Amino acid sequence: MKTKLLTALLLGTSILGTTGMALAEDVTLNIESWRGDDLTIWKDKLIPAFEAKNPGIKVVFAPSAPTEYDAALGAKLAAGSAGDLITCRPFDKSLELFKKGNLADISSLPGMENFSPVAKAAWQTDDGKSSFCVPMASVIHGFIYNKDAFDKLGLKVPTTNEEFYAVLDKIKADGTYIPMAMGTKDLWEAATMGYQNIGPNYWKGEEGRAALIKGEQKLTDPQWVEPYKELAKWKPYLGDGFEAQTYPDSQNLFTLGRAAIYPAGSWEIGLFNTQAQFKMGAFPPPVQKAGDTCYISDHTDIGMGLNAASKHPEEAKKFLSWVASPDFATIYANALPGFFSLNSTPVKMEDPLAQEFVSWRGKCKSTIRSTYQILSRGTPNLENETWVESANVINGTDTPEAAAKKLQDGLDSWYKPAK
Amino acid sequence: MDTETMAAETRAKRPIRWHVGVFLAPAVLVYTAFMILPLFGTLQLSLFRNIEQSQVFVGLGNFRTLFGDPNWSVNFWNALRNNVWFFVIHMLVQNPIGILLAALLSSPKLRFTAFYRTAIFVPTILSFVIVGFAWKLILSPIWGVAPHLMDFVGLKSFFTPWLGKEQYALTALSLVSVWQFVGIPMMLIYAALLSIPDEVIEAAECDGVTGMAQFWKIKLPLILPSIGIISILTFVGNFNAFDLIYTAQGALAGPNYSTDILGTFLYRAFFGFQLQVGDPNMGAAIATIMFLIILAGVCVYLFLVQTRLRRYQF
Repeated sequence: MKTKLLTALLLGTSILGTTGMALAEDVTLNIESWRGDDLTIWKDKLIPAFEAKNPGIKVVFAPSAPTEYDAALGAKLAAGSAGDLITCRPFDKSLELFKKGNLADISSLPGMENFSPVAKAAWQTDDGKSSFCVPMASVIHGFIYNKDAFDKLGLKVPTTNEEFYAVLDKIKADGTYIPMAMGTKDLWEAATMGYQNIGPNYWKGEEGRAALIKGEQKLTDPQWVEPYKELAKWKPYLGDGFEAQTYPDSQNLFTLGRAAIYPAGSWEIGLFNTQAQFKMGAFPPPVQKAGDTCYISDHTDIGMGLNAASKHPEEAKKFLSWVASPDFATIYANALPGFFSLNSTPVKMEDPLAQEFVSWRGKCKSTIRSTYQILSRGTPNLENETWVESANVINGTDTPEAAAKKLQDGLDSWYKPAK
Repeated sequence: MDTETMAAETRAKRPIRWHVGVFLAPAVLVYTAFMILPLFGTLQLSLFRNIEQSQVFVGLGNFRTLFGDPNWSVNFWNALRNNVWFFVIHMLVQNPIGILLAALLSSPKLRFTAFYRTAIFVPTILSFVIVGFAWKLILSPIWGVAPHLMDFVGLKSFFTPWLGKEQYALTALSLVSVWQFVGIPMMLIYAALLSIPDEVIEAAECDGVTGMAQFWKIKLPLILPSIGIISILTFVGNFNAFDLIYTAQGALAGPNYSTDILGTFLYRAFFGFQLQVGDPNMGAAIATIMFLIILAGVCVYLFLVQTRLRRYQF
């Protein structure tokens, strides 16, 4: 009896032992991310697609809260417990990780050739020599409008500034809808959906952005002050009490059909599609005169890099190459309409609103947000100050000129462009 | 043997009282590990600076930056000013209301005291996140109940989006915080009022001191030590405050930094915000200054106020 039990036990352990070994042959890769919203997409679509092609590699998507991500990631990297793959914030946050040696150099990774230099710029050293993250997606700014409201009021989609204000005036005169859903409470709406949205048309996209970094242009130059003057004109078209209107308030005002135009980022598409009960359309930021070249903010927002301390660098690189492939781009862009692939191969998307946004890439020139590269490294932080000043300008507590001067003075105090 | 020598012998024989140390140990160890060591860690961190990825000793360099560089000092003084205003509102509104409520509650004629006591105290145990979010909703110009309620009583014209206006936001948030914490002074004063012996009150009544005069002349002097404690608690709490501003206004403490207090200023410096990369050394310098401000306040209280308070033994 006793021996039987013993043999059974031994047998049992041996079986358990071998299954354990079989599992150990599979390499598990962990992905660090702040995109908790995407958990199901990763679990149900992206990871199975990769695992089917790469037997023996298991991938786990382990997101943390967006506001905690950077701190948590820093702590995990320091403790050596961070995942093999790291979702990269654009520019300095990731550059810092690379400089500390937390992110591996992946310039020669197969698949990186699928991306344009602008797409890669967000995750490169200042000299552009080493890349450390695979660009995953960008977001495009523009205006989303309530098509039903436009039809009812007989409005045409505006293409120039003049038409834009004419449309706003008509909506205001009619009174059924709040002309534009935007608040200044959360500050970033004013800067990101306001200033960075309409600005590229004035500072001519990349041209102005590069000149600003080189020190050839200043934020007090007319092309940088002009967008603030436009923002100041928006005030009468915003809803009552817009000073205390938060970002979710704006989203709700629009999706409930109470506002006609929403200064948007393309990331809203997914949410708006599920919440809005009316037809929606989108138009790019209006140009100053008919026939002007249009510029759009096509902002590189999310990438993925390799933890330099990863125990399975080969497998992780395989995964990154797949992230760089058109396969991944197609699944990702369709699962998350509004997050556009940066892959040079055009991706076919189903969502009409997302198609509208991405079609601007063909007729307008793309740029990224002006404050993101290099210029937000010092104190005061240009991005933060842009938030505060954009809100001030719309609130009417600062004139466009005063706001621009404050920003330029702050920048001058620490930024000395190489001449 | 007389009693004196006996006492001396027992004194000599008395063993070392290990249990005192043993009982104190957990608290001392935990407090040291989680409060005192980090405090010294912060002080140490504030004397270093990260240069080329390594920590370099810079003496008081960070403090010189904090007070000398206008990019830091303007924000610092703004935060300190706002923090003082935050504290002033608490002292002028929260504590008098707390005392008033306690006085009303301790009146024997009032019914449902237990209910009022609980209802007023409940917000104190709520999370800041809930309080910040709930008040943001209440005061929201779009969905909030505040504009509607004010409409009912014909005061709609007085409604403005308070949290979005530079001149009102800080005061509005201070009052929200007062609403949340008014239960604490109320409870402490209530306990102090209950501990006043009936004999004293009866004696006062015999001498014809009743009603309001009784409160001002008899009860208030007796609860002064409690008021002192409350003041210092308010002071420490306010200068450490962060959560409510952060949940209601975000880390940039808008509009235009008008609600920025030392806690949010520290948070931005230490952890960074959006594109701003955190600077733990400058953060530690701000934390050190906060510590010194609080230390100074507590010292003023301990050495100037508390020693002059008369205590009554019953």
